[in-house]
Amino acid sequence: MITIFRIRRFNPEAAPSMPYFQEYKLDTDRADTVLDALIDIRETLDESLTLRCSCRGAICGSCSMRINGHAALACKTKVQAMASERGVVQVEPMNNMPVIKDLVTDMAGFWEKVRQVQPWLQPAGQEPEGEYLASSESMNHLTGVMGCIMCGACVSDCAALEVDERFVGPAALAKAYRFVADPRDGAARSRLLALNEPGGMWDCTRCMECIEVCPKGVGAMERIMSLRSRGIEAGVPSTSGSRHAEVFADLIYRKGRLDEPMLATRTFGLQNLSRLLSLLPMVLRAFVRGKVPKSGPLHRAIPGVEKFRRLFQRMEERP
Amino acid sequence: MKFAFFPGCVSKGGCPELYQSVMEVYPRLGLELEEMTTASCTGAGVLQEKDRKLGDVLNARTFALAEQAGLPIMTICSTCQGVMSQANHRLTTDPPYLAAVNEILNEEGLTYRGTTQIRHFVWILLEELGEQGIRQRVRRPLTELRAAPFYGCYLQRPSEALGFQDQPDRAKSLELIMSWLGLEVVDFPGKTRCCGFPLLTINEKNSLRMVASHTLDAKRNGADILVTPCPLCHLNLDGMQSRAAGQQQADIDLPIWHLPQLLGLAMGMEPKRLGLTRHLVSTQGVLDKLGSAVA
Repeated sequence: MITIFRIRRFNPEAAPSMPYFQEYKLDTDRADTVLDALIDIRETLDESLTLRCSCRGAICGSCSMRINGHAALACKTKVQAMASERGVVQVEPMNNMPVIKDLVTDMAGFWEKVRQVQPWLQPAGQEPEGEYLASSESMNHLTGVMGCIMCGACVSDCAALEVDERFVGPAALAKAYRFVADPRDGAARSRLLALNEPGGMWDCTRCMECIEVCPKGVGAMERIMSLRSRGIEAGVPSTSGSRHAEVFADLIYRKGRLDEPMLATRTFGLQNLSRLLSLLPMVLRAFVRGKVPKSGPLHRAIPGVEKFRRLFQRMEERP
Repeated sequence: MKFAFFPGCVSKGGCPELYQSVMEVYPRLGLELEEMTTASCTGAGVLQEKDRKLGDVLNARTFALAEQAGLPIMTICSTCQGVMSQANHRLTTDPPYLAAVNEILNEEGLTYRGTTQIRHFVWILLEELGEQGIRQRVRRPLTELRAAPFYGCYLQRPSEALGFQDQPDRAKSLELIMSWLGLEVVDFPGKTRCCGFPLLTINEKNSLRMVASHTLDAKRNGADILVTPCPLCHLNLDGMQSRAAGQQQADIDLPIWHLPQLLGLAMGMEPKRLGLTRHLVSTQGVLDKLGSAVA
């Protein structure tokens, strides 16, 4: 099968050192992975092509790159599955991190953010004589997140990082969850307090890119949502993100459906009056076009809301 | 084909022109809708930040109501669809979990057996009407229009819960339907990215950067309009666009259309009846451009 690899090249030592796409035509086998093909290109067509790889078995996480626009491990991605109708596969370095050369990115910032969440066990209380013990049942839910191989795919495709490099990002937050939820760890509250700060767990935009591209099923965004739940439960200081979730739940409890003006008013409220007032021009323009929803007493609850509320109450009563 | 119609909160709130346009077009598509007036909000992924199981209980209740009526659910919001698809995936792949949720639902005399289908309007167009069914309804092919799709995260990811394995065309449903309406589909990398709406409350600056990035990118690629099946994307891309333009000191002025509006116009309906005069970013320039086609 003749496949065209459209590879994004970049050599900082070349002049001018602008990234560009270069195409290579290669005869590939149906069993070939993208990594097989790239190595083949390097060995037979262009020895200057630079990439990083090691295990070739989706364990080491070295060969993460963007294939047809999405981050993936090249060693786990079949050429045949990615080739377009015209037989083209596009390969680029990971996004949201500096490119060193061709497909090799600088992971220093990635590791810095992982270190920022203190990814080590911080037990409380007296040190046991033997090992720190935890039952299988209490650890089972962590097996998914412990499967992370730190390949950077989630960070590459993170939409929040794309607009703000200060965001700690999905890989570090998944790692933070792994310790917050570890029954042997005693620092959950201080961890959650740190994650509650700007750039932390509330800066995720819930786009699910990290869930989709993760080669190991870590589901980073799910872990970020669990961190938010645990933060609310632990009573860390409210943010407009946590108030939004709390007010949302209360409005659904009261009416079964969303009262949007009330959601904004109560989320920002007196804590952030300027933000609420800044929305006024938009609200006025929407009003002129008949787009401002009913609110308060004018906004009706769903029929049978009393019975519906009992579901909430039952949930609160559960152990 | 008859559906239990789940309009979602925003189509009857901040984006009333979406509900309006769906009500205008559906009878002409051979669909029969029975609106689910007693169903609750899906939680929109926000309630789930506080308590995911509570979200699953509320959605299981909606699925049970549709199951009782013997009808599949039709949504018109990417977020409603995605949240419901994810909840249904968890419930139908984990029988002990479904049993635990049913124990709570029994409070209201309801049980969910796990048989309800939940489909977005876009998927129904794709899978029930198909190319022929759409093309034969087009009265005014919008050949002069260059439109870019904008899905909304929840209609793209996670693909497993959205059934992309069995229905691979769902991943490109907008492009397919838009091309059947006769217009030129503008491809751009932002089409499956986040509009920034979920960040609007906590970090407006970042949210607006996303609005500016995608709208400017679509314009650079030649789009006259952006078309979305998600009212939450519309709230941000249309409602916050002037603010995003101010932040970036850029001129954006890119109208954001709901898919049913585009469909309605192609079927020969009047722009006003489709709510095209209710947007914050005016659609008039584009309608003028189409003047000869829509006159």
